[in-house]
Amino acid sequence: MSADLTGVAEIRTAASPFFWNSPGFRRFRQHRLAVFGAVAIVAMTLACIFGPMLLPYSDTFIDIRQRFAPPFSGPHVLGTDPLGRDILARLLMAGRISLAVGFSAMLISMATGICIGMIAGFYEGAVGAALMRFVDAMLCFPSIFLLLAISALISPSVPSIVMLIAMTSWMEVARVVEAQIKSLRTRDYVVAAVAMGASNGRIMFRQLLPNAIAPIVVAATLNVAHAILAESYISFLGYGIQPPTPSWGNMLENAQSYLTSAPWLAILPGAAITLAVTSFNFVGDGLRDALDPRMDLP
Amino acid sequence: MSTFLVRRLLQALVLLLIVSMIGFAILHLAPGGPLSQFAAGGDMTQADLDRIAEQLGLNRPLPVQYAEWLWRMLRGDWGLSYRDHQPVLHIIASHIGATLELMLTSTLLAMLLGAWVGILGAVKRYSVFDSLATIGAMIALSIPTFWFGLVIIYVFSVGLGWLPAGNRYTVGDGSVLNRIHHLIGPCIVLALVSTAVWSRYMRSSMLEVVNQDYIRTARAKGVPERQVLLRHAFRNALLPMITITGLHVPTLLSGALVTETVFTWPGMGRLFLDSISYRDYPTVMGILMFTAVLVLLGSLIADLLYGLADPRIARNG
Repeated sequence: MSADLTGVAEIRTAASPFFWNSPGFRRFRQHRLAVFGAVAIVAMTLACIFGPMLLPYSDTFIDIRQRFAPPFSGPHVLGTDPLGRDILARLLMAGRISLAVGFSAMLISMATGICIGMIAGFYEGAVGAALMRFVDAMLCFPSIFLLLAISALISPSVPSIVMLIAMTSWMEVARVVEAQIKSLRTRDYVVAAVAMGASNGRIMFRQLLPNAIAPIVVAATLNVAHAILAESYISFLGYGIQPPTPSWGNMLENAQSYLTSAPWLAILPGAAITLAVTSFNFVGDGLRDALDPRMDLP
Repeated sequence: MSTFLVRRLLQALVLLLIVSMIGFAILHLAPGGPLSQFAAGGDMTQADLDRIAEQLGLNRPLPVQYAEWLWRMLRGDWGLSYRDHQPVLHIIASHIGATLELMLTSTLLAMLLGAWVGILGAVKRYSVFDSLATIGAMIALSIPTFWFGLVIIYVFSVGLGWLPAGNRYTVGDGSVLNRIHHLIGPCIVLALVSTAVWSRYMRSSMLEVVNQDYIRTARAKGVPERQVLLRHAFRNALLPMITITGLHVPTLLSGALVTETVFTWPGMGRLFLDSISYRDYPTVMGILMFTAVLVLLGSLIADLLYGLADPRIARNG
């Protein structure tokens, strides 16, 4: 009797549709680095959202007597910058901007990449070939050169930087989606949908896209990492988010001149960028293993 | 082989044409378009600008303008820099040496280091070394290059005083030793990402090769393990690396720009950044097109070399 019951319970667990019991999620949990990455992302996001409210100093408060205070030396936990502003407060406010830029650039670039990739994969032939050659051509420009060349043509603001990053990072996604759609569109269920008179749009969005979602989710995660890095690069070089709005990249912009006297100015924001980008990369890696059991990449 | 070669060349030419169209489009997106160099002075009336536009043919239909622009580019007339009125191609030529020096040495370093880490990781799969290499590669891919450069300068230039903090050589001392001394820092910084990429691909490529029949045969014949790995496995695992290196050119160029900025290295990347701050559109466009051509050449050469190295490709292509 008891043996029967355990059997039932086992079947229930195996068939459970719940997300946390699914084999994919279990594989993700076993990927320790991915779990670390996910926890770090959640922690960083929460810290950036709620942290500034809990701190005694605002990110714009200028404590003129405490300029260049090193970390762990006084009232300012992580020290102050050349103007006497609290670094921890600035790091958290900058994190809001950098993470928000990363997420929104990812959303726009994914939307663009998915649309172009899906059209190119679905309408094989001239349209598809033309679109993919355009993708290839865009990929011929090294990303930072393209980012900087276009940034010289626009006036820098947070939305324009988001657009800029999105418009230069959708190509990889388009390639991934195109390959997926191409391999899916000859499947039986697609043929059945065509036979039943489904419109092209319905087939693309209701049949093909949901089945291509795994690599898209992976690409989206890695895309956030790329966008955060891209923002830090162009802000560091002076063409990204403009002060006084802080971002992790522009906090580093002048850090090089103070490398001898105040090295923490350079070390702290860079560490924040590295932690955020590494976390997203770890999660992306874990998702790849979790969502595609066939892809047993080393 | 020859059909493969011809087809690949044609594909590259088509791509180059599209690349040039994008370049032309960006040039015309610039505020004021190609006329901005005259408008920037501020001492010209609209009538003057219209006259210049007519003289330069800027009032003609865009396709005609594009054809002329392309023709000039092909003949090597890439325009004059706004900054010092030198031909753009000439300016690029005077800066490309420093960039190539940096790119080639760091690629060499990355290949050696990456191959070593990758092979060791594959041979001792799931060992402590392998796990550390995996995590290390992931972190290396996530570190902003400029920040790594700052850390290197802080530790080795400011702290230990071992390396110079920038420039290609000390003024007045152009000796080889002095140049190498200046090259070490930027070379390490630029090699970071490439090493990570190389070690990952080397590892998976080795793992793939190690399970092949001819490796088993070699082992069965009693070939020493070291020789099996280096002679049989490594040489074949190296094949896909040709492609990786070719496709890595854009990343390398981007990295070079950032590295050159941090280490004040007088290469093309820094020239590009300076040109942007001067709003020197002809130079900006020239370098952008030039890098795209380099990237195209990189993937083309990689494909051709791969075709030569692996006869199966040529037969199928």
